[in-house]
Amino acid sequence: MAVLLIAEHNNKELRPFTLNAATAASQIDSDVHAVIIGQNSADAAKQLSELPVVKKVLSVEGAHYENFTAENFAPVIVKLAENYSHIICSANTFGKNLMPRIAAHLDTSQVSDIIKVISPDTFLRPIYAGNAFATIKSNDVKKCVTIRPTSFDPCESAGGSAPIEKVDASEEFSNTKFIKREEIKSDRPELGTARIVVSGGRGMQSGDNFKLITEIADKLGAAIGASRAAVDAGYISNDHQVGQTGKVVVPDLYIAIGISGAIQHLAGMKESKVIVAINKDGEAPIFSVADYGLEADLFEALPQFMEELNKLNTIQK
Amino acid sequence: MKILVAVKRVIDYNVQIRVKEDGTGVVTDNVKMSTNPPDDNAIEEAVKIKEAGKATEVVAVTVGEEKAQETVRKALAVGADRGIHVKVDGILEPLAVSKILQKIVDKEKPDLVFMGKQAIDDDCNQTGQMLSALLNWPQATFASKIDVKDNKLEVTREIDEGLETIEINVPAIVTCDLRLNEPRYASLPNIMKAKKKPIEEIAASDLGVDVSPRLEQLKVEEPPKRKAGIKVANVAELVQKLKNEAKVI
Repeated sequence: MAVLLIAEHNNKELRPFTLNAATAASQIDSDVHAVIIGQNSADAAKQLSELPVVKKVLSVEGAHYENFTAENFAPVIVKLAENYSHIICSANTFGKNLMPRIAAHLDTSQVSDIIKVISPDTFLRPIYAGNAFATIKSNDVKKCVTIRPTSFDPCESAGGSAPIEKVDASEEFSNTKFIKREEIKSDRPELGTARIVVSGGRGMQSGDNFKLITEIADKLGAAIGASRAAVDAGYISNDHQVGQTGKVVVPDLYIAIGISGAIQHLAGMKESKVIVAINKDGEAPIFSVADYGLEADLFEALPQFMEELNKLNTIQK
Repeated sequence: MKILVAVKRVIDYNVQIRVKEDGTGVVTDNVKMSTNPPDDNAIEEAVKIKEAGKATEVVAVTVGEEKAQETVRKALAVGADRGIHVKVDGILEPLAVSKILQKIVDKEKPDLVFMGKQAIDDDCNQTGQMLSALLNWPQATFASKIDVKDNKLEVTREIDEGLETIEINVPAIVTCDLRLNEPRYASLPNIMKAKKKPIEEIAASDLGVDVSPRLEQLKVEEPPKRKAGIKVANVAELVQKLKNEAKVI
């Protein structure tokens, strides 16, 4: 039986992690179908049909799908599920919100946040904030699996031409009403997919001081991250949070500034290829995962760092 | 309005996790255990709503072995009125927990069910959403702000792109983010008082729910260790290393 991928999109275009989830789906079975649920989402559906790993697109349209409410999405997918062995989605806030609702309707024990497909019924997933890895075999007939997007490469995005089939909408769930979404717009790369992430912690001492980080991030073409402590203190908004309950990032370079390195933060960044830590406390746990550690006062080190970057002839972007 | 709050006992968030040598799990013997952190936020929010005169009763429920009752006792010490302990040995999957909670909801008929958005042991992030599916109730996950308005809640949710606000009709499920509030500490007099508050014990086997596992945990292992890095002497050396050795800038 084929695998059903749930596409994440904003009604205009696919969200990038759909491509990572498509890769994971294709590792389970080569017959990948993708469902896209939205309103006026034809362009995104077309994009989905162009992914070479996707063999068929199912498009569901309705005004009540405009805001991706799980209560409206779940019945559609539950109905489609009879033809599929697996339902796959990213383990970001979209998939975390939606998939368990589907799994419960299907009476299936979901496997969350996998980082590797070992076989179609066996998966590797981190537990305890990534301090242990569990190999899990699912004995359910239908498997609901969410994937950690940064653990799978994005699939090719062009060259495919899967047929797009219309599927009937289901009834509206009237007890949940969308009010508003406040998205923080930025010209910087997205935190989840950026090649370089510069993150600040409680050591930044104020929101104003984050401009020292902004400056460096702009110079490097980097995304800006933060520890929970910095978000809780109000220095920066929640969409920047890296960690067990925030985002998981795996950039080529992660620069942790004024971050002590609580287990919960390490869970979100310790798979990064190169890690730099700048902290004045030489005993801070962040140094245990850092490839390059600099024990220094960040208020002295950051202006110097900017100065040194300015001296370079070229910076990779 | 009556609020049911589900709490889970987990390894304390400050404990350094150790994997058992035989690969069957992590070491839990002689390890400090606590209430799952966002479950503390769930209790705090329910108690605050009651203190504001918008709820009449807060009931704390846990599902687990004998010692799981500590989490209910702690909830009673910070303001919950009474407790329920569904006794069961072994580790339950979120699907089984949500089926047990469904039975408790049938019995207690709460208007709201609160719980943490995720347990920090298995990191599944499923139970609240599954329970709302089984009950066909609205779900407000990852809540960082809750406004109670008559028979509706306005909830701000933390999502990857920023914040989302939804309005849900009661009865409903809310899963709580750590930023929802600042959980209070139990005072000594309240800890003493909590000892007199009732906790109803129910055997999971009496609820008629199939809790048998669907997943097999084949192995638990340590994640690959990062090789030890170096300390650099100054910023100039750091930038030089990043440019010429790591080649990442």
